[in-house]
Amino acid sequence: MFVETPFVRKKHRREILAKCVFGAMALAMVIPLVLIIGYLVFKAAPLLSWDFLTSNPTNGMRKGGIWSALLGTIYLVVISLCISAPIGVLAAVYLNEYARENWFTRIVNLAVVNLAGVPSIVHALFGLGAFVLFAGMGRSILAASLTLAIMTMPVIIASTREALASVPVSFREACWNVGASRWQTIKAVVLPNSISGILTGVILQVSRTAGETAPIMFTGAVFYRNIAEGNLFAYGIKDQCMALSMHLYTVTTQVTNAPDALPYAIAVVLLGTVLLVNATAIVFRVYLRSRKKW
Amino acid sequence: MHAIPKAKVQVDNLRTFYGAKEVHHGISFHIERNEIFAIIGPAQSGKTTLLRAINRTFEFTAGTRMTGTINVDGEDVKKVRDVYGLRRKIGMVAPLPVGLPLTIYDNVAFAPRSSGVTEKSFLDAHVEKCLRQAALWDEVKDRLDSLGTKLSGGQQQRLTIARALSHEPEILCLDEFSIAIDPVTTMRIEDVLKELKKEMTIILVTNLVQQARRLAARTMFLWNGDIIELDTNEVMFSEGTKDQRTRDYVNGIFG
Repeated sequence: MFVETPFVRKKHRREILAKCVFGAMALAMVIPLVLIIGYLVFKAAPLLSWDFLTSNPTNGMRKGGIWSALLGTIYLVVISLCISAPIGVLAAVYLNEYARENWFTRIVNLAVVNLAGVPSIVHALFGLGAFVLFAGMGRSILAASLTLAIMTMPVIIASTREALASVPVSFREACWNVGASRWQTIKAVVLPNSISGILTGVILQVSRTAGETAPIMFTGAVFYRNIAEGNLFAYGIKDQCMALSMHLYTVTTQVTNAPDALPYAIAVVLLGTVLLVNATAIVFRVYLRSRKKW
Repeated sequence: MHAIPKAKVQVDNLRTFYGAKEVHHGISFHIERNEIFAIIGPAQSGKTTLLRAINRTFEFTAGTRMTGTINVDGEDVKKVRDVYGLRRKIGMVAPLPVGLPLTIYDNVAFAPRSSGVTEKSFLDAHVEKCLRQAALWDEVKDRLDSLGTKLSGGQQQRLTIARALSHEPEILCLDEFSIAIDPVTTMRIEDVLKELKKEMTIILVTNLVQQARRLAARTMFLWNGDIIELDTNEVMFSEGTKDQRTRDYVNGIFG
């Protein structure tokens, strides 16, 4: 028989209270995002147009669009991820699937953790010394991308290892037991079942790469550059480029008499680019998840 | 006098270690060809580790080492050069069913494929044969391309057995195969094992004392890494055991 004792009533009340508190906190997460986007779009509205995206800045940044900065950011993101994603993912596969606990893996792990904790401005100085000066690349898209790649690689390694570790060990053992090698096991079972997690980790680095100003300031990004409008291949790998994050910084701090809406418009484009990439990633991930097999 | 058959598996003075912790304290025994050899004993007595040492998956765990020798067909497993070949010679069935996240067909075809077989007609016939041996064929023959992980627990365990048979092992190791499946399925698999005995040597690790009694010719009682007693089932399950602890364990009054 169910009897409503004082204890049961108390338990019930606490359950409702707990649920409300947790729910409110979850809701609170949405508020800043909505406010930020709403505020930015509201302030940027007068400038936003297709022309703004596809034309170069003119008149000392005060007029025109942001084409050369937008394309520069796309170049930096794509090239740096093309370098850091394969190296990071393959290194993580080695560390998680092959490496034994010894002095070598301990050093690599230490390096990964420490590299992930290095402030971006320090990466910038390293990039300046190593790529721009020592390797003789000069200030270029290549040097800036490499610097960004060094910055994102440890995080990609960490997130990939996380994804690989989520595949149950029993799957691997089942494969080893029938005489499959480690590589056969990785190819048949481990990678297909961790690929969505691996991609998530990589894609998250897109926003970081697009948003950082410090690492590219000394290594390849410039204050102003005029490129062919509408041509996706307007930059060469040895060229210097503009970038949205840097552009936002210079427009707000260096340019006098810029239209009020301009920094907001740049921010909206930066945010929009990142959200677009993330949305694509989410769709892709949902697709991969739906094929997840256990 | 009859000739002593050359042992299929010969273990001599085996000691295994996880870090500083010694699991087996120097055990020696042999397993004959085409016998069902049961290993009983409480948890933590080193049953699973023993199987993992035989097919050399033990070494995948960090910090493990072993001394002594394990000979399979007279060949020291530590000195085997083709370790994948050794593992193919030994079929391994884990306590919990592991349907790989592949189709039923690919689950069974995985082993032959990873040793280089690509011929479709051979694989088709082979998959059917293994699934029939594991008493699963009739239930899955119309959905070979659905996922192995979608099968029920008992079906997945039979799939695991089919996979263990797919590389045509000479030794089949079953590690508490029945803990996740119902008694009826267990009986069906036990019937399968009696058939398979004609073709291969079977090592049966089990928590069910009666299962060892039903199936095995000889039973080994392993406790805390030592062999307490190893004898034919007539002796092990009688009042005539050498060790009081064996009698107590078998009768379920082990303290």
